[in-house]
Amino acid sequence: MNVVVCVKQIPDPAAPPALDPGTKNLVRDGKLILDDSDAYGVEMALQLVDAAGGGEVTLVSMAPNGEVSGLRTALAMGAAKAILISDPALAGTDALGTAKVLAAAIKRAEPDLILAATESSDGYTGTTPVQIAELLGLPSVTFAKKVEVVGSSVKVERQTEAGYDEVECPLPAVVTVTAGVVEPRYPSFKGIMAAKSKPVDNLTIADLGLDAGQVGVAGSRQEITEVAPAEARAAGEIVVDEGEGHLRVIEFLEQLKVI
Amino acid sequence: MTIAKIWVVAEVVDGAPTTTSLELISQARTLADTVEAVVWGDGATAAGTLGEYGATTVHDVGDLGGALPGSPVAASIAAAVAAGTGPDAVLLPATYDGRDVAGRLSVKLDRPVLTNVIDLTESDGGLASQHAIFGGAEILTTRFTAEGPGIFVIRAKSFAAEPSGGAPAAVAAAPAPDTGASNAARIVARHVEERTGPKLDEAAVVVSGGRGLGEKENYVLIEQLAGLLHGAAGASRAIVDAGWVPYSHQVGQTGKTVKPTVYMACGISGATQHMVGMKNSKNILAINKDQDAPIFQVADLGIVGDVHKVIPKLIEALQARS
Ligand SMILES: Cc1cc2nc3c(=O)[nH]c(=O)nc-3n(C[C@H](O)[C@H](O)[C@H](O)COP(=O)(O)OP(=O)(O)OC[C@H]3O[C@@H](n4cnc5c(N)ncnc54)[C@H](O)[C@@H]3O)c2cc1C
Ligand SMILES: Cc1cc2nc3c(=O)[nH]c(=O)nc-3n(C[C@H](O)[C@H](O)[C@H](O)COP(=O)(O)OP(=O)(O)OC[C@H]3O[C@@H](n4cnc5c(N)ncnc54)[C@H](O)[C@@H]3O)c2cc1C
Repeated sequence: MNVVVCVKQIPDPAAPPALDPGTKNLVRDGKLILDDSDAYGVEMALQLVDAAGGGEVTLVSMAPNGEVSGLRTALAMGAAKAILISDPALAGTDALGTAKVLAAAIKRAEPDLILAATESSDGYTGTTPVQIAELLGLPSVTFAKKVEVVGSSVKVERQTEAGYDEVECPLPAVVTVTAGVVEPRYPSFKGIMAAKSKPVDNLTIADLGLDAGQVGVAGSRQEITEVAPAEARAAGEIVVDEGEGHLRVIEFLEQLKVI
Repeated sequence: MTIAKIWVVAEVVDGAPTTTSLELISQARTLADTVEAVVWGDGATAAGTLGEYGATTVHDVGDLGGALPGSPVAASIAAAVAAGTGPDAVLLPATYDGRDVAGRLSVKLDRPVLTNVIDLTESDGGLASQHAIFGGAEILTTRFTAEGPGIFVIRAKSFAAEPSGGAPAAVAAAPAPDTGASNAARIVARHVEERTGPKLDEAAVVVSGGRGLGEKENYVLIEQLAGLLHGAAGASRAIVDAGWVPYSHQVGQTGKTVKPTVYMACGISGATQHMVGMKNSKNILAINKDQDAPIFQVADLGIVGDVHKVIPKLIEALQARS
């Protein structure tokens, strides 16, 4: 079974995020890393291919400046190869444009299953994977907390407001996985060394037959008109507990007439 | 009003529209001349409440027979747009199904989606949406720049749900055209997690626990405290991922948005992704042993202390009162 995992390479979340004052796009100049949210998809894909007893995991990523650091991490975990789409024309691309690019690249890999995270850690639009599914004419099951492939279909436990649904879906399909669905492995030293020579196919949008007008700022057909700091919540009273802290809590709850 | 028609994708559970759906309809009323709802099944049962909040027509895609809503509901809306009877904007709740419908619709109409919307206003004859980014530290205002319906995915509790006293909405059948393979997933069984007490996103008091509780067994302190305050027990993602409590307890960016009278964060650091789901609570109380924990920056009352000491005493004191 062949699985494609969409992996986003993002600025290190530990560093404070910033918007470019001119374009109002997220600054992505520094080194990018594998989005933690996608480590779950990579691990899930590796386990599913293992369980199927054959096939391989292909990564697909769209990122600026030919960035591969995050891809190398996922390759070190065990993915076989990667497709990277990097093109100056992609700056400012929105979720739909991203989906058009990723869908075109995924088509080339002819996968049985496409995995992505329910949402990325930096943009968290959360619509890209379903847009990919619709562009490819495939079914999708989002918010999977358990995934199993049985024959030519996938069985998913999908989170719901009330609990979860068991969903069955024929392959090929797009499935998005939630954080914590599996425990991502740490790349071994051997894996890290092997990753250096695994193939990364570098593509531009022209290679994918896409037109610059469909992507980038032009394709996004939305503009940010203002960025303003949110109203700050004033910090309140701080009490150091020396055995009586709970009494102040009771008083506070009484004032609010909660008790 | 400059916007003629808004459609709200309304979720209906056990015959009743969800609160978030009613919030969206209430806001849509202030923005457009006509507000209509889109549901899948139960249209006739929900028409009374949907009308009371301002929807004049309910487009009912019909029972989906176990299919997931994404594909058929988007196809039904897209068909109306193609026929020239569609809306100028579609509002969807930021829920599992809401996001699926939005993504599919976006491709069918070839229109972008604006997600994580927390406010929607009129601007120069169109709509402007606001988005909280970086965990709510900054607010972006965004607008669509091209022709065609705007698609907005809106977070829960962005607006108040207020009835307008409208008559029951008219119900119009809006069956989806065949969507082929994209609609092939089927729900084969549903599992409902048991819950005692009020719902997390409706409770007046929410007591949440985080990694500071130390171990799974200690979450019972949170449940006891929530019970004594007639509230709901919540959690940070750290302990949901660790498997201490089900996902339905999670508060934050990828969990529930809550806005209770009192939110109590116990052993929670206050990561931006947690804050985004609770920052607008009317009163915030935090117990954390680290006085520099970010949660104290938004707390009305912060207790610098050990949850294992403060909470048992609090429980005891509350038990003594009842
Ligand atoms: C704060 C902020 C708010 C934004 N709001 C909007 C908005 O409302 N509407 C909009 O259209 N755009 C928005 N954008 C732009 C949007 O984030 C980008 O267009 C991005 O390319 C799409 O991604 P996402 O990270 O939001 O995707 P999500 O839909 O959250 O991503 C889900 C999953 O899809 C896969 N995926 C996503 N992008 C890639 C990629 N480049 N390569 C490989 N896999 C990927 C990953 O598995 C990812 O976890 C916003 C950006 C920021 C920084
Ligand atoms: C894309 C994305 C989405 C996310 N979505 C969410 C979300 O929806 N909700 C969410 O909560 N998180 C979310 N997170 C995770 C978030 O970034 C934090 O990792 C998480 O909120 C931390 O949980 P915590 O506060 O319980 O744990 P920690 O950050 O580890 O904090 C534990 C706190 O407990 C305190 N403590 C320790 N011992 C004691 C004691 N004995 N008594 C009192 N205090 C003690 C410590 O001082 C510390 O402040 C998301 C992250 C990403 C990347």
